[in-house]
Amino acid sequence: MKQKISQKETIRKVLHYIRNYWILLGISIVLAGVTVVLTLYVPILTGDAIDLIVEKGRVDFAGIWSILKRIIGIVVMTALAQWGMNVCNNRITYHVIGDIRRDAFDKIQILPLKYVDSHSYGEIVNRVIADVDQFADGLLMGFTQLFTGVITICGTLLFMLSVNVGITSVVVLITPVSLFVASFIAKKTYVMFQLQSQARGEQTAIIDEMVGNQKVVQAFGQEQNVLERFDGINEKLRNYSLRATFFSSITNPSTRFVNSLVYAGVGISGALFAVFGRLTVGQLSCFLSYANQYTKPFNEISGVVTELQNAIACAAHIFELIEEEPQIPDAEDAVVLAANQQEGNAPGMQEQVEVNGTVSIDNVSFSYVPDQKLIENFQLSVKPGQRIAIVGPTGCGKTTMINLLMRFYDVDSGAIFVSGQDIRHVTRKSLRASYGMVLQETWLKSGTIRENICMGKPDATEAEMIAAASASYADGFIRRLPQGYDTVITEDGGNLSQGQKQLLCIARVMLCLPPMLILDEATSSIDTRTEIRIQQAFAQMMKGRTSFIVAHRLSTIKEADVILVMKDGNIIEQGKHEALLRQGGFYANLYNSQFAMTEQS
Amino acid sequence: MNTVLGYLKNYKKESVLAPLFKLLEASFELFVPLVMSSMIDRGIAQKDTSYILRMGLLLLLLGAIGLVCAITAQYFAARAATGFSSKLKHGLFAHIQSLSFTEMDEIGTSTLITRLTSDINQVQNGVNLMLRLFLRSPFIVFGAMLMAFTIDVKAALIFVVTIPLLSIVVFGIMLVSIPLYRKVQASLDHVLGQTRENLTGIRVIRAFNKQEAEAASFQKNNEALTDIQIFVGRISGLMNPVTYLIINGATIVLIWTGAIQVDSGILTQGDVVALVNYMSQILVELVKLANLIITVTKAVACARRIQKVFDVTSSLHPQEPSKEQAKEAEDIAILFDHVSLKYKNAGAEALTDIHFQVKKGQTIGIIGGTGSGKSSVVNLIPRFYDVTGGKILVNGKDVREYTQKELRGKIGMVMQKAVLFQGTIRENMKWGKDDASEQDLWDALETAQAKEFVEQKEGGLDAFVSQGGKNLSGGQRQRLTIARALVRKPEILILDDSASALDFATDARLRRAIRELKENPTVVIVSQRASSIQHADQIIVLDDGKIAGIGTHRQLLASCEIYQEIYDSQFERKEAAK
Repeated sequence: MKQKISQKETIRKVLHYIRNYWILLGISIVLAGVTVVLTLYVPILTGDAIDLIVEKGRVDFAGIWSILKRIIGIVVMTALAQWGMNVCNNRITYHVIGDIRRDAFDKIQILPLKYVDSHSYGEIVNRVIADVDQFADGLLMGFTQLFTGVITICGTLLFMLSVNVGITSVVVLITPVSLFVASFIAKKTYVMFQLQSQARGEQTAIIDEMVGNQKVVQAFGQEQNVLERFDGINEKLRNYSLRATFFSSITNPSTRFVNSLVYAGVGISGALFAVFGRLTVGQLSCFLSYANQYTKPFNEISGVVTELQNAIACAAHIFELIEEEPQIPDAEDAVVLAANQQEGNAPGMQEQVEVNGTVSIDNVSFSYVPDQKLIENFQLSVKPGQRIAIVGPTGCGKTTMINLLMRFYDVDSGAIFVSGQDIRHVTRKSLRASYGMVLQETWLKSGTIRENICMGKPDATEAEMIAAASASYADGFIRRLPQGYDTVITEDGGNLSQGQKQLLCIARVMLCLPPMLILDEATSSIDTRTEIRIQQAFAQMMKGRTSFIVAHRLSTIKEADVILVMKDGNIIEQGKHEALLRQGGFYANLYNSQFAMTEQS
Repeated sequence: MNTVLGYLKNYKKESVLAPLFKLLEASFELFVPLVMSSMIDRGIAQKDTSYILRMGLLLLLLGAIGLVCAITAQYFAARAATGFSSKLKHGLFAHIQSLSFTEMDEIGTSTLITRLTSDINQVQNGVNLMLRLFLRSPFIVFGAMLMAFTIDVKAALIFVVTIPLLSIVVFGIMLVSIPLYRKVQASLDHVLGQTRENLTGIRVIRAFNKQEAEAASFQKNNEALTDIQIFVGRISGLMNPVTYLIINGATIVLIWTGAIQVDSGILTQGDVVALVNYMSQILVELVKLANLIITVTKAVACARRIQKVFDVTSSLHPQEPSKEQAKEAEDIAILFDHVSLKYKNAGAEALTDIHFQVKKGQTIGIIGGTGSGKSSVVNLIPRFYDVTGGKILVNGKDVREYTQKELRGKIGMVMQKAVLFQGTIRENMKWGKDDASEQDLWDALETAQAKEFVEQKEGGLDAFVSQGGKNLSGGQRQRLTIARALVRKPEILILDDSASALDFATDARLRRAIRELKENPTVVIVSQRASSIQHADQIIVLDDGKIAGIGTHRQLLASCEIYQEIYDSQFERKEAAK
């Protein structure tokens, strides 16, 4: 992670988001102004009314009535303005955070996989959800109280100035103390809030991990240990939280103390002025009430400031995600690979190249961690329609090959060419559309089975979909489900077996049938009977299609045009099954050890 | 609500002291006008400057005492709120840990995560604010009313009418918005669920170029959330304007009544001023209260959601041991006695009349088509689910009569999905057995065919595993999960299709090593590969939740059609390869 985004910068970014709602913001400010002026005007009218109530028999009922009528009108207007302001502020806040959430999510779509793989899901989710939520709270409070607060201060200051300049200057002189105290505490608490936010992220990560894999936790009876680990982080968070909450809540009493300084200052100076006859008692009491009006917003603002501190710390957290370096965007003149019926929407300037199925990997080196070399000087040339089986002991770097072919990761050196084009110079969209991929780890979207199968081709007809499902032997079990193709798959496909999920993943690819295939141990969880049929379907599907198969099935391996035997990230042998057996090397060893086992029975 | 708030009990002292100091502070605040008025009455009237200065100092003193009280109050409130939330999180987390698979399947992971994080945060904020303000505001409101009574009963009656009216408005708005806030949180669950799903499926989404569609559907959920948030905000935004209307309406009545009272000589002008001041004091407090109410309303809605999780309890309870069963079959490790299983909310039975037994030290293989119920069978042995018919005995005792710890302690389970946790390899291995020795760990790794690659890792056992084991390959993960189960030297070892990412050679070596274990565990292997189970002492062939055949490889080959089909498909190919 990059170093923390500074507070000032964060505020600038928040303002950038708010700018889209400047009309609402303008209305809100105007309404706030109206509210404050009217609110300040009411006490004057009330005072006037009271002045008409002098003593027994000297009450001007007609005059009072006319003043009261005016008060009624003003109060109604104030209430309306206040409500309007609240509505505006609400809209701004929730739209702004909606926008931020959208941007965060959009960002996730273009982040390099490296980022996603190296951060826990919980941590990223926490930023999009919890941090944004906290930010909303702070922002809303900021809007509703900051505006009125500031305007109230200005308004009362004007009213006070109109009464007595001397005492007003006493008030103005003490004010900076309040601001100083508030900003001093604010700076301290910002750090605390950041620590708190960080610890919270850590906690969410462990919650995500442990609650998400509860079944394993229970199978090993690790509840107690997990709880202890959780408690460790929980205690850390409690400490930071306590400090953050406490320090931030000191602001309010502190500024209130400064307020009593102001009040006392006005009291003493006002009383002295009065003693020397420069001020009437009535004016003094008016002044005192205004002094109160003037300082109250400072309390609120200081309260808001701490809320905002927290909000900004959270916002900084979100912006870190939003501003994370995205994957290198496609070059403007990137080549578009035209896969069979793929949309022909190359907008003029992009060159279109037909996918012919050649893939060549030229001297590629790659590693996830700079100092741990994984794939080195990898060389491979694939002719159209060939089947490449990648075999080798587990952990030899087979999965990594897929990351590179699909350009989930970029190579460190060398290059990969598809149909003669360096894939770094091809649009990602068209590159990935040229491959049909079935991964080892099945993933289905929550939604209906129909939506999942049609993922790669949303406009597929019913007949096409059913044909694809039948071809992958999924049609049978789908029909037996309560709602057939409209059965809703729950989170993580919980209501389907591993094998059924895999069949759906295969059907998903079967439907769009791109010119090249990547199959990653795709059939490992499917029972052998179904597997045979699927192998047949695959064989059909692979006909004329360049296919990369990370496989353990001997049948698949034997039918391959080229077998790549990988070990420790390197290709150590390369060739056809028989040739490799004759060679008597690593592959022969691997094969015989398996074969010997069958003999043994 | 009792359970959630019950967590505040540990902070009784703080919960009492915080509001108490807050009230002290408020009381000192009430003195200030008195001091001021005497400053005016005596100081200015008698031109006594030293008196004015003394009273001024008194004001400062009151302020300072107020400061000390307030800081004390804030400290206790913060302590109570953060401590409470931390205890609550602990409690909820522990509670979730205690839920069985059935409840976890039903509630869903992502909503549990929101409840543990964002919901509890909201409750924490609510408690913090409540301790600080909830007593103070009513104190001042009712204090002002009492003061009004000392001035004039008739005028005070206006207060008596106004205050309940305000309460109705305040609580009415609360009542309307609490269910709405719950809706907001539910909507938040959707957004969270989708974010999580997007992250876990990121490769597939990109392979199918669905980023834009995903973003669009996220935006739909996101907008739904925004809309409901704005709607709730609009309702709770009514609070301030409405209370303002009521208070000022009351003030107008007050002035009119005051005018009549003064006209008939009952009150003085000063009294009217005082009454109006008290009314405006109430207004100031209500503004604070209104802000508080929004937070508290949210907190209550969130607390309810948390409570709901507490209300779900595990459906698995240990039963009283039934004496009759006692030690009938000492050498039988596992006995399925006409077992059937129907998952909650499922239409049909997942398993029907499953009956078999496994002797100690035997290896049993389970094979069958997709969805035939293989995993369901093995999930019943450690009692992840309860049977809906029949019973299961482990070492001659019904699994429901064991404590979970006792039962699961006997079993080493390797699940289909190879899950590892963030931490070192060593930490992950120790899940099997907390006090495992270095040698135990290496032995287990060796049996699981994982020794070699662990040795090659930088740091060996102390090499770091990232969340979900993302820095390891599928095969490495599977072998580590197998090793983890072996570390505890289980009496029963269950491998639920857990060698699928291993190549044949490794798979074969693994099985050989397990057979050679000196503890001689009972082994249950679920597999798709006939070769993985063909040496088993007994093979169970499952088809659509029913047993289609039991026997040895040879017996089944002779008698079981489904088994023949499965085996032939593999055997044929291998023959051909010769």
